Amino acid sequence: FAGLGFVPGPASADAAAAEKRLMDFTGGKAPQEGRITLTAPEIAENGNTVPISVSVDSEMTPDSYVEAVMLVADGNPNPAVATFNFTPSSGVAAATTRMRLAQTQNVIAVARMNDGSAYIDRKQVKVTIGGCGG
Amino acid sequence: MANSKPRVKVPKSAEAGEVITIKTLINHTMESGQRKDKQGNPIPRSIINSFSCEFNGQPVFSCDIEPAISANPYFEFNAKVVESGTFKFTWVDDDGSVYTHEAPITVK
Repeated sequence: FAGLGFVPGPASADAAAAEKRLMDFTGGKAPQEGRITLTAPEIAENGNTVPISVSVDSEMTPDSYVEAVMLVADGNPNPAVATFNFTPSSGVAAATTRMRLAQTQNVIAVARMNDGSAYIDRKQVKVTIGGCGG
Repeated sequence: MANSKPRVKVPKSAEAGEVITIKTLINHTMESGQRKDKQGNPIPRSIINSFSCEFNGQPVFSCDIEPAISANPYFEFNAKVVESGTFKFTWVDDDGSVYTHEAPITVK
């Protein structure tokens, strides 16, 4: 999966797993930059509960809407975090949750539109105390 | 977890066509499966693995949840309301338990 641009920096096993998950999600399509915004703290003192928000700039009509947004974390023991599934009844494609981060790493959000196109955003979060127990 | 109790914030009323914000929280340890007990044995995974919100029987929002979601999973999302009705929220536990909550809304 090298060179597809999901995960910056040197590839690790976890980063490769994160990339594979995102490729399955987009159906093999490389996502474009833009339209999706991932909001995460720059520094998380407590990796047990890190607030994460995503929003996608898109109308939400039966003809044109955001189907889903997948979140992955490339430095967790398991990169999967959550997938939000939207419908035109969502009104806007935005959601907030709280997640665990085991160490300093990249959080990546990919949106899949109903026409199959995909968009990506990523943020590095520095973690002071890891959140996966030991 | 038999004591999981949902808490949900939905406005009581809205204008027709308004996009409202919904906040939900359910208490649950979300045991990740990564931790070990004092004897060094792995503690098995036990989490809420999915959440969904319907309005008058139609899907609004749902979420597939992995162990990376924090204890007491919190979700904030939106819904466009065009008529009065009832939101139904459902959480599914790894142990097969299903927790539900309903909230009505009046459209002026």
